[in-house]
Amino acid sequence: MLRRASGLLARPILAARARPFSTDLPAAQTADATFLEAWKKVIPNMDPPKTPLSFMQPRPPTPSSIPSKLTVNFVLPYASELATKEVDMVIVPATTGQMGVLPGHVATIAELKPGVLSVHEGNEVTKYFISSGFAFIHANSFADVIAVEAVPLDRIDASLVQKGLAEFTQKLSSATTDLEKAEAQIGIDVHSALNSALTG
Amino acid sequence: MASNAAVPFWRAAGMTYITYSNICANLVRNCLKEPYKTEALAREKVHFSISKWTDGKPEKPTLRSDSPVE
Repeated sequence: MLRRASGLLARPILAARARPFSTDLPAAQTADATFLEAWKKVIPNMDPPKTPLSFMQPRPPTPSSIPSKLTVNFVLPYASELATKEVDMVIVPATTGQMGVLPGHVATIAELKPGVLSVHEGNEVTKYFISSGFAFIHANSFADVIAVEAVPLDRIDASLVQKGLAEFTQKLSSATTDLEKAEAQIGIDVHSALNSALTG
Repeated sequence: MASNAAVPFWRAAGMTYITYSNICANLVRNCLKEPYKTEALAREKVHFSISKWTDGKPEKPTLRSDSPVE
């Protein structure tokens, strides 16, 4: 009778256990065990082929104490600017304002507006102007910043920025359709962000 | 969920995020200093040829080699 009672007690606990969040799952295995066994049974002499999973590095698990460094991957469509670089802090230009990311930051997805990304490592700060993009901050202190176009600030030509700002301000006042107004507004936003990046 | 949350001005005007992002990127590329500007614009040039097919045969292709605008 007592044995049945313990069985009854155990069941509600299992039912109450919710599905784990994706951030709490352990890192995925690098090879499929059942596939490997089946392969070895049929073709024991040849090495099994590598599957895409085995080429990917598993995501490092969330450590129990806050790590001392943030690992940043900063990628562009044509190049990877920073690949798993360990830094102290990055400041990303999110649409909600400049967001500072330190190790141990809560997992966040942020859309970026045209602005300056600064990477702080020890005493040095590297700044890039980003045209737009996204920043994914994971719970294990990895940050992925993706942008379409990113340039170091010294490659920006101030006179072209001023010219562009004047041109788009003028376009905004002469715009008729919604779409033209939106394009002119985008032009003004980007050029004023470039301007403040150069002067700030 | 909020279905009438404030949308960004470009989406209200009918533009998609990709269009917005490409416009921003083009504007930034046009504001670069000289050797970097020509490199960036050259890197982003797109060439493609389109041909319509009728009755299983391709017609004369049209070449498009504009640099992407919008």
